[in-house]
Amino acid sequence: MGRWIEEEGIPTTQISLVREHTAAIRPPRALWVPFMLGRPLGAPGDAPFQRRVVAAALSLLEKSAGPVLEDYPEEAPVPADVDGGEFACPVSFSRPVVAQGLAGALQREVAELAPWYDLAVRKHGRTTASLSGLAPAAMAQFIADFIANQATPVYRQDLAMALALRLVTQDLKAYYLEAVAVQPGARAAQAAREWFWRETAAGQAFFQLRDACLQQMDEAVKGFGARSLIPLAIAPRPDGYQKK
Amino acid sequence: MPRLESLGEWERELLLDMLKEIPAYEGQPWVAGGPLARRRVAIISTAGIHQAGDAPYADGMAAHDYRVIPADVQADQLVMSHLSSNYDRTGFQQDANVVFPIDRLQELAAEGVIGSVADFHYAFMGAARLAGLEPKVRQVAGLLKRDAVDAVLLTPV
Repeated sequence: MGRWIEEEGIPTTQISLVREHTAAIRPPRALWVPFMLGRPLGAPGDAPFQRRVVAAALSLLEKSAGPVLEDYPEEAPVPADVDGGEFACPVSFSRPVVAQGLAGALQREVAELAPWYDLAVRKHGRTTASLSGLAPAAMAQFIADFIANQATPVYRQDLAMALALRLVTQDLKAYYLEAVAVQPGARAAQAAREWFWRETAAGQAFFQLRDACLQQMDEAVKGFGARSLIPLAIAPRPDGYQKK
Repeated sequence: MPRLESLGEWERELLLDMLKEIPAYEGQPWVAGGPLARRRVAIISTAGIHQAGDAPYADGMAAHDYRVIPADVQADQLVMSHLSSNYDRTGFQQDANVVFPIDRLQELAAEGVIGSVADFHYAFMGAARLAGLEPKVRQVAGLLKRDAVDAVLLTPV
């Protein structure tokens, strides 16, 4: 992208998260940062840290020749209250899910997280769980309904089913992760991810949703289920869907 | 992170596989500019972000479309509808500036480190195909020139 804009006559600089990709593309100026995917500025809520990264990337604009690919020397800070131990969500989801039905377990989790989610929205003045336009209970209901019956009508007429599924699952996951992020005992991103996928009814439902999507004739729905629902850090893609 | 060796096997394989999609670019574009303190800077993010009222990024051809983010946006009004589930979103949930550093850019302009902040910034959804993105990115370059932008900060996700 930097190459195209530069070819159009505007100087560019960029932050790089995957050094191997940037080295292959050879953009005019790039600063590789040793941060996790999803955090190009390194540290949420740490303005001085972010400013140093932005300033370092912008400073490459004053280089006299290129291509430039520099490595940023500073690691992202680890929050002081992350002890590296096992993360246990203070909201204890009772099991077994199967006996009570997945739909019921999902609804119970959503209700149990509600006070924490509300706190998160007040704390940040925002939520990112707003793509589908559904309330959290309705998100859970739609996902449970689709797993049970793939002929379930889409919740918004302006959305194709694959996009509707993507938005509602991203919203529900954001609801869970925004809620637990404000609970006592902050945890690293990876620990929260493990919790969501391995310990919640929602994580269990998403695996079932993937199976339901893979049964569909609609290639976009199949592709969503195979590629976009479950992170590769949690499970490999199904056979035939390994490529991007 | 994400040093490749720090990732799990399946993530690492996908990222290495994506190397095969990168064409063998010829030449080395390079445009010189004046001092940073006089530059007008715009951000282009490929994080699939947009304002809450904007259409989410769709699949297929529509995945190549960009979204406009005005400079006076409240960072906390931004949401993310990227196709991929293979990166952390909890940082963005807590602070949009960890992905789209508009507040940091405004601070650097106020301090005189950069000249000014562009009126308009742009976002793409990085999972879109390169071939489809190219004409849209060149189109955005034309818009940036009309905004007198002479420095672009590209941020991934």
